[in-house]
Amino acid sequence: MIRTAFPGTGCVAYQSRIGISAYRFEDLRSLLACASPRRSGDELAGIAAPSDEARVAARYALAELPLRHFLEVPLIPYEDDEVTRLILDGHDAGAFAPVADLSVGQFRDWLLSYAATPEVLAALAPGLTPEMVAAVSKLMRHQDLIAVAAKCRTVTAFRNTQGLPGRLGSRLQPNHPTDDPLGVAASTLDGLLFGIGDAVIGVNPVSDSLPDTIRLLQVLDALRTRLDIPTQTCVLAHVTTSIQAIERGAPLDLVFQSIAGTEAANRAFGIDLGVLHEGLDAARSLRRGSVGDNVMYFETGQGSALSADAHHGVDQQTLEARSYAVARAFEPLLVNTVVGFIGPEYLYDAKQIIRAGLEDHFCGKLLGLPMGVDVCYTNHAEADQDDMDTLALLLGNAGVNFLIAVPGADDVMLGYQSLSYHDVLALRHLLGRRPAPEFEAWLQRMQLADGAGRLPPPGADHPALQRLLAAGPQT
Amino acid sequence: MSDGPKPVADPFARLRAATPARIGVGRAGDALPTGALLDFQAAHSRARDAVHAALDVDALSAALAPLPCLQVRSRVPDRARYLRRPDLGRRVAPEDLAALDAARGDWDLALVIADGLSPNAVMRTAPALVHRLLQRLPNWRVAPVVIATQARVALGDEIGRQLGARMVAVLIGERPGLSVAESLGIYLTWQPRVGRVDAERNCISNIHADGMDTVEAADTLVWLLGQASAHARTGVALKLDRTAASALQSAPPPLPGR
Repeated sequence: MIRTAFPGTGCVAYQSRIGISAYRFEDLRSLLACASPRRSGDELAGIAAPSDEARVAARYALAELPLRHFLEVPLIPYEDDEVTRLILDGHDAGAFAPVADLSVGQFRDWLLSYAATPEVLAALAPGLTPEMVAAVSKLMRHQDLIAVAAKCRTVTAFRNTQGLPGRLGSRLQPNHPTDDPLGVAASTLDGLLFGIGDAVIGVNPVSDSLPDTIRLLQVLDALRTRLDIPTQTCVLAHVTTSIQAIERGAPLDLVFQSIAGTEAANRAFGIDLGVLHEGLDAARSLRRGSVGDNVMYFETGQGSALSADAHHGVDQQTLEARSYAVARAFEPLLVNTVVGFIGPEYLYDAKQIIRAGLEDHFCGKLLGLPMGVDVCYTNHAEADQDDMDTLALLLGNAGVNFLIAVPGADDVMLGYQSLSYHDVLALRHLLGRRPAPEFEAWLQRMQLADGAGRLPPPGADHPALQRLLAAGPQT
Repeated sequence: MSDGPKPVADPFARLRAATPARIGVGRAGDALPTGALLDFQAAHSRARDAVHAALDVDALSAALAPLPCLQVRSRVPDRARYLRRPDLGRRVAPEDLAALDAARGDWDLALVIADGLSPNAVMRTAPALVHRLLQRLPNWRVAPVVIATQARVALGDEIGRQLGARMVAVLIGERPGLSVAESLGIYLTWQPRVGRVDAERNCISNIHADGMDTVEAADTLVWLLGQASAHARTGVALKLDRTAASALQSAPPPLPGR
């Protein structure tokens, strides 16, 4: 027998009952935190459910909570946090209308129903807040997270078109421990042979200095233009560095930034909404896109707010969803969660990483983002490449916009493991998903793709090999 | 055997020399060839073993002889808890505080050797580094070396404070990567006390066989100690000039104001 009650309806707290046990949750933050699947970051913050039964009790209570309650009770005060203001001021009541009378539990059922078609979900996105999306995800199993995300489509474009049905994009991540131009080019050329790099060829620089950033931008742009690749390049420097690089005339396609779900956590990243707008305006002013003008690239990840001591007692999954509200204000080309990068104190093992990857993808998609994932883990997490296979396969079926790939799954600069070029190619072939159409046409021009859109191993005398090898920096 | 399927190798020799990344490893269909698959697993296994190894405190003490040593533990009881609870790894176990109190003094510098995420890196690198360091600090009053287990960087804050030291240098095993499982880092903190944040420290990282060697690391730390003493602070406010660090003078650094 379940009884639930909420503040504002004559009761003093969020409560529910399972059998003879009564549970009371102090506030909305506590209710959401306790309803979250178990994870080390919420335990570290001291806000996780004290028992498995308490966790389910919170879910019962959450299931009966009206969706509109999240519009009435901000998790972080409106006056204190510009992300809260962005969420509430930008809420589209008209778009929200179809689900305005539903509880969180009813919302789950509706999302899974045949009534929630891709068109309906796309129209709904501006009416949803991250808190609503995070809340419903807590009532969902993996299968639900995949089924609903697979119905969400977000198409974006710059020099090619990302997110079309039947496509799987990939970021080529050619990091090098000293940003050596030939080393970066080497990893890039290897990835191109696997058909990787349509989402972006994006380097995490060792140094965030302006001269080093400009030098890397020039290396990547020279490679792209020499081979006439319909893709975009990016040096994942701080937004302020990218703005300066644009001012110096550097060939910059996308402005990158790591973002989080609270104003204080963003401040720890050295940003606010204002500087992101400056970055957007600066990149758009260059008009470098040929088929679209989505010029922003964001990375996120559960635990970033807690690690910056800027979490306001809110669980890490809800805060992650709030970072998507930041992202969607800037019409990004790409957004990805770096799900297993942050370490075991936030996501302890493969079970937690896989769950978080599916949640992040689901929440981003439902909020209308072009969501990708860095399927990854560190050496001190209880995970290995088998687990990454599992998550990549699940995300492929969920219709993830793009995945990140590094040579041999081993990022030799950041010291963690992601997917390999091989893994993304195998996934494309297994699931019948192809790269962005413009990029696919280039692969065919290079004779790397066959008529069926597959990339067989190139022989040692393949003409594309000679062309690619000749395009690298000469030493 | 000769009729079996052969993975196609990529003719990437010139490029392979330009990066430690796993490029040009060939394909078995879409997958990694068996050799590359096992190479990856071998590297990952070494990194995992490094994380879960225990620091041999007796062997480390012996390698540090004749220097006096103390041992302290953090509030973390085991490795699994260590990985989940960084907050507990930053505090000294209450029962070990007395040993620190007994060693309290007017120290210019406290040295903490912490297992961190790679106890083997500590074992391999820390003793030689400490011996070299102390040779270069003849007039400095350096507290007995503290060997700390299940320790995070910030454990040094409480240790340094308890010892009464003006600065603490924490030598700690870094998170293992696939290419380097045994790397040491050094974090220097001015006026250590519980609650110091990372922005208030200076770091020397990547000390290992294929990275910075122990002599260069010790010399860099000596230079850093001099900078910290001269400016009475550490952290982002202390702008470091790498070229100055490489042009080290042989004279010992200025002592911190007593």
